[in-house]
Amino acid sequence: MSAGVSESPHRELGLTDSEYERITELLGRDPNGVELAMFSLLWSEHCAYKHSRKLLGRLPTQGERVVMGPGENAGAVDIGNGHAIAFKVESHNHPSAVEPFQGAATGVGGILRDVFAIGARPIAVLDSLRFGEPTSERSRYLFEGAVAGIGHYGNSIGVPTVGGEVYFEPPYEHNCLVNAMCVGLARTDAMIRSAATGPGNLLVIMGASTGRDGIGGASILASAELEAGDDSKRPSVQIGDPFEESKLLECCLELLQRGLLVSLQDLGAAGLTSSAGEMASKGGVGIDIDVRRVPLREEDMEPFEVMVSESQERMLAVIEPSRLDEVVATCERWQTGSAAIGEITDTGHLRVLDDGVQVGDVPVSALVDECPLYDLEPAEPGGWMYPNVETLGEQVALSAGRSADPADPSDILCALLGAPNIASKRWAFEQYDSVVGSRTARRPESADAAVLMIPESDRAIAVAIDGNGRRVACDPYVGAMEAALECAQNLACVGAEPLGLTNCLNFGNPEKPNVAWQLDRAVLGLADACLGLRVPVVGGNVSLYNETEHGPIYPTPVVGMVGELPDAAAVPGLAPNNGDRLMLVGPFAPSLAGSELAKQRGELDKGLAQVSVNVVNAALGLVRDLVRAGSVSAAHDVSDGGLACALAEMAIAAGTGIDVDLDALVELRGGSGETNLFGEGPGGIVLAAAEGAAKELLERAESAGVEAVEIGGVTGDRISIAAAERDVSVAVADAERAWRSLAERI
Amino acid sequence: MIGVIQFPGSCDERDALSAVERVGEGRLVWHEETDLTGLDGIIVPGGFSYGDYLRAGAIARFSPAMEAVKRFAAGGGPVLGICNGFQVLCEAALLPGALLPNEGLRFICRQVELVAEDFTGPFGSAIGAGDRLSIPVKHMSGRYFAPDEDLDRMEAEGRIAFRYAPGDNPNGSVGDIAGVVNEAGNVLGLMPHPEHAVDPLTGSDHGLALFRALASASQAAAA
Repeated sequence: MSAGVSESPHRELGLTDSEYERITELLGRDPNGVELAMFSLLWSEHCAYKHSRKLLGRLPTQGERVVMGPGENAGAVDIGNGHAIAFKVESHNHPSAVEPFQGAATGVGGILRDVFAIGARPIAVLDSLRFGEPTSERSRYLFEGAVAGIGHYGNSIGVPTVGGEVYFEPPYEHNCLVNAMCVGLARTDAMIRSAATGPGNLLVIMGASTGRDGIGGASILASAELEAGDDSKRPSVQIGDPFEESKLLECCLELLQRGLLVSLQDLGAAGLTSSAGEMASKGGVGIDIDVRRVPLREEDMEPFEVMVSESQERMLAVIEPSRLDEVVATCERWQTGSAAIGEITDTGHLRVLDDGVQVGDVPVSALVDECPLYDLEPAEPGGWMYPNVETLGEQVALSAGRSADPADPSDILCALLGAPNIASKRWAFEQYDSVVGSRTARRPESADAAVLMIPESDRAIAVAIDGNGRRVACDPYVGAMEAALECAQNLACVGAEPLGLTNCLNFGNPEKPNVAWQLDRAVLGLADACLGLRVPVVGGNVSLYNETEHGPIYPTPVVGMVGELPDAAAVPGLAPNNGDRLMLVGPFAPSLAGSELAKQRGELDKGLAQVSVNVVNAALGLVRDLVRAGSVSAAHDVSDGGLACALAEMAIAAGTGIDVDLDALVELRGGSGETNLFGEGPGGIVLAAAEGAAKELLERAESAGVEAVEIGGVTGDRISIAAAERDVSVAVADAERAWRSLAERI
Repeated sequence: MIGVIQFPGSCDERDALSAVERVGEGRLVWHEETDLTGLDGIIVPGGFSYGDYLRAGAIARFSPAMEAVKRFAAGGGPVLGICNGFQVLCEAALLPGALLPNEGLRFICRQVELVAEDFTGPFGSAIGAGDRLSIPVKHMSGRYFAPDEDLDRMEAEGRIAFRYAPGDNPNGSVGDIAGVVNEAGNVLGLMPHPEHAVDPLTGSDHGLALFRALASASQAAAA
């Protein structure tokens, strides 16, 4: 990227002709090279949300417990006793597709900075990953690299990775998704915002020095489709250094604790330009930056390079001049860099100086607020717009043996348990430190949500992240709703009440009408789910242009949810006790539409069954109460692979068999035996309880008006499920072997 | 009073300190401190000291605090090195052997079963031979290695402190070795993290045995 060599440099930088015209109008002149570079980044989709901002206004953001909402580095909710939980999810998709290890690592680094930028100590990371099928060598390479990168950064900095999810689907083959969520804990009175205030105050850059890495990341990588030969974009991917971030994190938290900072902001996409612009915009002030005062890795960097570099592990703070010595001394103690690079002004302009000589001068409002917003032109696709590939035969042979029958329910169960989307992800999560911090009461795959103890507030929190893009592709409105419901279900299973939600909207090119329709419908579905669940959205991120010449990804809204519970000790896991009764609670109405089985059969199509969020929410309230009261010994929501897979996962966790009869359910809900075994949909929770407690549980459900059916018990060493002549009988050991088979395929 | 060394890049120092505080008193010791007066026991904690650049523990051994720890250990003071702390103690030659990258070349976080050996020194006398402890490991370079002749001598001198239970060796350590002590038995290093096994809610409380052993060794050394 060298400004000024082409006939129309603005196009090369990703700006349209009309956007360029608007810039000249706003400035009253042509921008110079430095200014053009700054505009091209801040007016990119990644920074300006120009195709999504209008839609995002639909999401409810208000709530009693909200301490910080969208617009800050991260959102936060009150958890009592003077403490708040900060959290946010963010994408690092295109960097990870180009270089998975560093792309994923710096994704974690970036989201950690967002959380400590508001004064919270990061206490957990979760991640949401999407790749093509593991039969593809490239997908295995990306998966392996991304998992190692996430582990490298999180493990090295001492923040546990406590949960996450991975899906493998063909539409992610050429455009993988790496979304990382960070959860932090803050004292409410020590939290800090990013608005720059007080003309005369100093702007201080802290952390790593600034280099040429990551130049143009936001505009080149994050705001355009990926193309063949994108390896040449590797220089746009930043390199992470968790050690540097570890020192910077401790240093920032100490500076905040000592009250030395006026405001704080991390340096992410578009580097200094974006961070300084945002800080000035929020504070209604101007900022002067002298690029010669920025500590550099290379001496001969151009002013525009300094302004847009995305070098990692840097923070920007506003401080009172009298505090400079203390700030510098604290940074030195933590062996991290610091330099006063500018000051707050009352001009309302972001001025760039090079050793005192002005090289750029733009009104902050033009840079931050005046980017044109575009209306989408949504058009519903006529049919299923993605490939359909039959893989069931192969999957059955892999999981249940060559002579297995793809029509036999027992063999189908093994095939689904061994399917990469459903199989145990132990291979991945064992590469993450899940215990550092001494808060992790439920480790990955031991319960539906991660549970972290917060003794500071005398309670615990639960965190989940979900988003099944395949179902969103079937019906963006219902599918997005289901992503939020799945999180709420996960939380209910550990007795947690949702407090807030963050989301990352991963979609294809919004300028294409079918993708615009997906985006429009999905945001509406998410908004309606939030309203029904009464959970506010406190922050998020949008990642568009996730598509290649092979087409768009599945529309993938990833939802992260945080809830609270009174006592981690009461949380049941997935494993029931021998002799327990098993109950299905909630309005679960199984359907094969959009299911893992439909995928394996190559029978995906448009459409999902409609959902009543209110009815599901009522069931979740009951589940939460029962879990908190200690009435259940295990809880697991029905998700991928349907009821049969949920029951099998509980049997595997317990190492004991189950004996279940779904005939009553078939009668109640209709549908075939197969649909009741493997059909999917929201609103189903399997609870296990001892005989006496089970009876009481059914009575409580009846008086609460929540559907609950006793379906069987925990006994023997086989998974036996009768479902209208379509009977399953699989030894628990065989089911477990299939479920643990993912590692062999990577 | 037990001191927990804090290097830039340490991750588990606060967890180690709160584990100590379950059995006694403790404080963090900044890596530039050289005066350990008033401390009766030392923990070199887990994490990635100085980023673990060059080689795990290779830079930390040169830190001012480690010079002080060497003098402390030479005077008979009890020292417990956990994970990265074990690597640092090996690099500093306070313990024999080295920790190599895991056999699978991947980071591993997993609850493992340890078996305590009949080993020498104050830690050994506080922990029963044959005790089985469920404690998590989490490391990239935890494969213990020492030359055969050293191993033979260590075996003979009762200096193997812990082994992974049969089938539980996560990293390919020679002889399933998870922890060793020095000749005097006052310096113990192990890869598993006892500070993450002090509360049944987070997995187990079997690690408390090590902190109790450290506390009693510290009292004995102070007396």
